[in-house]
Amino acid sequence: MNEVCFRTRHLPNPASLETYRSIGGYETLKRLVTEKVPAAEIINQVKLSGLRGRGGAGFPTGLKWSFMPRYYDGPKYVICNTDEGEPGTFKDRDIIRYNPHQVIEGMAIAAYAMGARVGYNYIHGEIWAEYLAFERALDEARAAGFLGEHLFGTDFSFDIYAHHGYGAYICGEETALIESIEGKKGQPRFKPPFPASYGLYGRPTNVNNTESYASIPYILQYGGQAFQDLGVPGSGGTKIFSVSGHVEKPGNYEIGMGTPFPKLLELAGGVWKGRKLKAVIPGGSSTAVVPGEIMMQCTMDYDSIAKVGGSSLGAGSVIVMDETTDMVQVLNRLSYFYYEESCGQCTPCREGTGWLWRVVRRIAQGKGRPEDLDLLLDVSNNISGRTICALGDAAATPVISFIKHFRPEFEYYIQHGRSMVTG
Amino acid sequence: MPQIEIDGIPVEVEHGISIIEAADKLGIPIPRFCYHKKLSVAANCRMCLVQVEKFAKPLPACATPVSDGMKIFTRSKAAVEAQKSVMEFLLINHPLDCPICDQGGECDLQDLAVAYGSTKSRYTEEKRVVVNKNIGPLIATDMTRCIQCTRCVRFLKEVGGLMELGMINRTEHAEITAYIGKSVESELSGNIIDLCPVGALTSKPFRYSARGWELERRPAIAPHDGLGSHIEVHVKNGRVMRVVPREKESINECWLSDRDRFSYEGVNSPDRLTKPLLRRGDQWVETDWQSALEFAASRIKDTIARHGPDQIGMLISPHSTMEEGFLLKKIAKGIGCGNIDHRLRRSDYRLDGNFQGTPWLGCNLTDINQLDRILLIGSILRNEHPLLAHRFRCAVKYNEAELSLINPLGQDFLAPVAHKVITSPDGMVEMLLQVLKAVSTLERRLLCLCLPPALTRVMETVEVSETARAIAASLAGYGKTYDLISPRVGVFLGNLAQHHPRYAELYTLAEAIASLNGAVFGVLSETNNRVGLNLARAMPRRGALNARTMLEQPRKTYVLFNVEPEFDCHNGKMAADAMAAAECVIALTSYKSEALRDADVLLPIAPFTETSGTYTSMEGRVQSFAAANRPLGECRPGWKVLRVLGNLLGLEGFDYESSEQVKDEVFEGEAPSKVVWNRLNNNLRVLFDIEIRPPSMKLQRIGDIPLYQTDGTVRRAPSLQAAGKNCIGYVSMNGKDIQSAGLKPGTLVRVSQGGESVELPLRQDDRLASGCARVPLGPSTARLGDLFGEIRVEAIR
Repeated sequence: MNEVCFRTRHLPNPASLETYRSIGGYETLKRLVTEKVPAAEIINQVKLSGLRGRGGAGFPTGLKWSFMPRYYDGPKYVICNTDEGEPGTFKDRDIIRYNPHQVIEGMAIAAYAMGARVGYNYIHGEIWAEYLAFERALDEARAAGFLGEHLFGTDFSFDIYAHHGYGAYICGEETALIESIEGKKGQPRFKPPFPASYGLYGRPTNVNNTESYASIPYILQYGGQAFQDLGVPGSGGTKIFSVSGHVEKPGNYEIGMGTPFPKLLELAGGVWKGRKLKAVIPGGSSTAVVPGEIMMQCTMDYDSIAKVGGSSLGAGSVIVMDETTDMVQVLNRLSYFYYEESCGQCTPCREGTGWLWRVVRRIAQGKGRPEDLDLLLDVSNNISGRTICALGDAAATPVISFIKHFRPEFEYYIQHGRSMVTG
Repeated sequence: MPQIEIDGIPVEVEHGISIIEAADKLGIPIPRFCYHKKLSVAANCRMCLVQVEKFAKPLPACATPVSDGMKIFTRSKAAVEAQKSVMEFLLINHPLDCPICDQGGECDLQDLAVAYGSTKSRYTEEKRVVVNKNIGPLIATDMTRCIQCTRCVRFLKEVGGLMELGMINRTEHAEITAYIGKSVESELSGNIIDLCPVGALTSKPFRYSARGWELERRPAIAPHDGLGSHIEVHVKNGRVMRVVPREKESINECWLSDRDRFSYEGVNSPDRLTKPLLRRGDQWVETDWQSALEFAASRIKDTIARHGPDQIGMLISPHSTMEEGFLLKKIAKGIGCGNIDHRLRRSDYRLDGNFQGTPWLGCNLTDINQLDRILLIGSILRNEHPLLAHRFRCAVKYNEAELSLINPLGQDFLAPVAHKVITSPDGMVEMLLQVLKAVSTLERRLLCLCLPPALTRVMETVEVSETARAIAASLAGYGKTYDLISPRVGVFLGNLAQHHPRYAELYTLAEAIASLNGAVFGVLSETNNRVGLNLARAMPRRGALNARTMLEQPRKTYVLFNVEPEFDCHNGKMAADAMAAAECVIALTSYKSEALRDADVLLPIAPFTETSGTYTSMEGRVQSFAAANRPLGECRPGWKVLRVLGNLLGLEGFDYESSEQVKDEVFEGEAPSKVVWNRLNNNLRVLFDIEIRPPSMKLQRIGDIPLYQTDGTVRRAPSLQAAGKNCIGYVSMNGKDIQSAGLKPGTLVRVSQGGESVELPLRQDDRLASGCARVPLGPSTARLGDLFGEIRVEAIR
């Protein structure tokens, strides 16, 4: 456990530069920069590691890096996305709380590999203490010569600015995040062009999740293969799973990819109060809910969650629900979240999320109608895949999956005006 | 070039265009709300979703570039299903208030809802309500109807130049709004009415007055600035209900300035003169045309008999048609009078007789967008020619042009200005001289033009400032970011320069600077038809009196053609005095006016909507139009009145039966384009001598013409008069001058000129040249003196 991103967590004062250096921190950056290791070699190692974007979409990080134009006359940027705002996610907060320097080093290596001189870390608006902690870490790194002009006496210069957001979920979408840094209203841009060709201030920009960057120093220190070997084929490395909900010991658990779900549940102390497992949302609220018995057959990696669970690993935000959970009320809450967080830019999501929530709320209030479930599915399908960004899909997925797996509970509400579970 | 297939039609299209552009070219309709060909792509309405082979999801046609081999289906099951679903979403929160919505009948949402909507809504929850915004007197809002397409936001930011509207809040709370407590003040704001695909933004003056299908739509030409914008006049029951742009890419694109859009209100003003009036003592008495015209003719004959024709002065509005100008000139010529002029606000006529032709823009309007280096002298361009300012902004924004300005006052150009000089009117002459000297000493310039020795001598007496050097370098192609070997350069004189007391010198220097740079040299046409009236020769005969000297040396009889003397002349006080002292004033006018209090007869003539005629724009485009509406009351088109007056004066050749016949005579039977080609020429015969004047100690007035004070029609449009951009009734000076004069900004001060004085609030404007007081023309200041004369500003004791 805790082999990569949480490497310092068991040590005293884990966030300090001193602690980070005691485990060999910044040595990798120094080696790469002073030995002038070619960018292509670094990107190859990242590809070899099997690292996939930890923010939820799971896009191969090495491939993303290779999209950045190598010969570009002008500034390029690397951006770290610490804007985790989805219900169930709380891993990036702990990374910058316990091991900020590994993120900084990861970003510096990325900057070196992609030819950027400036980086930004966009930190979610609701975590102020962690933002301050990250600023302190930046100060430490600058003072120690790991950020700034002419690092290690070479011509490589790099600095990072921490940017504290205002708490909008949509700013976790990389192009909305870019707009927000630019001082505009956080709204996703349509793609193409992708940030690698037209990003921050119109310049080539690479955006990765905090956990992705934090994995980079390990990959470059021990080699891509070593990282891959921590996981399973198709899902390299370790992954932090943020387990919340009805468990005895909620929290972040960094374990190898491919660990069976029952093992993770055991680490989290099992379902609380000795109750039975009803359902699990495996990757944050935007991923499909999986009934407990199916989830128990999954291993925690991209392929298994997709193929066996019919959901996705997302950001590894595991929401556990016990047998007493009223699934209609859960969906009511989730739909309200997406209704509130839609950026309001494009039609299906702006109008559709409100529609979905109002119908679900009506059902939850005991005023449902027989045609409501088909309407919900139809509206969800009309949102999915027709919006600028994935928030529309994220809002539709819970609705579709909750009705798919727990339709009788919804029908019971509609027929009886009350919950099948809680009465 | 990529080969694509849209709905089975194979077609070769330009590389890089979007699917919607390709479909538009083919005439294949794709529904859309947010997409507009002149604005950036937002892709937010999702109405234009189409199916593309090999893509699982429908793609927005507006934001998807074509690629070779692409197969696009706009009407397939998947495409139509996606479009219908978007329509359903758009309608769930849209109020069902079409019967009371002004957009009804010309609403994109309504139209597309017929094609893509369902007859019954599946949405049974509560609907959204959005609080209305007051964004000024021109645009009415019903924000609950808004579908958040952001066309208005993008227009104001990208074309208007200032982001006066924006979208706040997330989710369905998202709403379009102005800054807190602000309205939309862009001089191009009315275009967002046209752009709005629903009834959220509608015309306030037009509100609740007619339905689109009740209106007769007549093409016309805009009558205010020098562009000659194409407009459509919408008429119901003989009343002009509104004016909208007609698309003309090379002139106004698809836009229209607010002045051209809302000035029709003036045409409907209660001030309209509908019957001939004769003065009887202190009373106006209605009369018939015959008596009125006979009276006018007899007074003209009487003046000729008693004082000679030279005692008649004729002033014609520079907004008149070519036919009107030509006929008035013909009458003047017929009675042996040389005193006729349309250049009413000009004070410096020293170049008369020195022009090789008719001054004009020197290039096409569309060429402005392509310029690399621009020197604009004496112009408040956004007030003078709002849509031309847009073209200059385009040059700066999209062509990376460097713009240099020389003015006595500052203005927000809404685009980066490379070099800005704000100096007194005399300082402008010296600054140009410095620029000329700097240009002529630049190594890269070939001295292709031999400057006359007198000019060279006076050039030697000035020292070149850093700014002048920078402007010269910029014009020569040296750039702030990179140099151009062969820049396309334009040097232009604005309206303010034409009113300048030393216009002759500004003109000479501008021409010399332009020549040395191989630049386009142009004169912005002060009004819609300044070029045309020059071509029609509505100007004094050699040696006769011009608009200024006609007032300086008062005449016994004046003929005024749509002129309100104190508002339209260079020296309001002098004009008013001359009218008061005259034996007889014959006024052909569309409006009853206090400014015509000294007239003896008022002959009602048609405003631009009720007459046929011809305007020639600043780029030399000759545009004829038919009357959009029938004349109000007994009012008659100006050309007809002049024709009869000619007859009554016993003059030969006044037998026209149509304005086309007059036009043929204006152009001497030639094709207008040929005449224009031959006669438009900005070169001087000889360069004028330049004088260096010591700095004056006296306070000089800068009398600019505000956006909505240009002519009688605009001055009578209530909505424009109420608009935020109508800045009148103040005096401004820069902070230092205010301090040294012992005045306090924000207080009322006494402003005196030529024996008249008014009390005006004093504003501090540090972008005003020192030694100057800006007193714009307006109702309270019209009777002051020379627009650029000496003026006194004192505290009120």
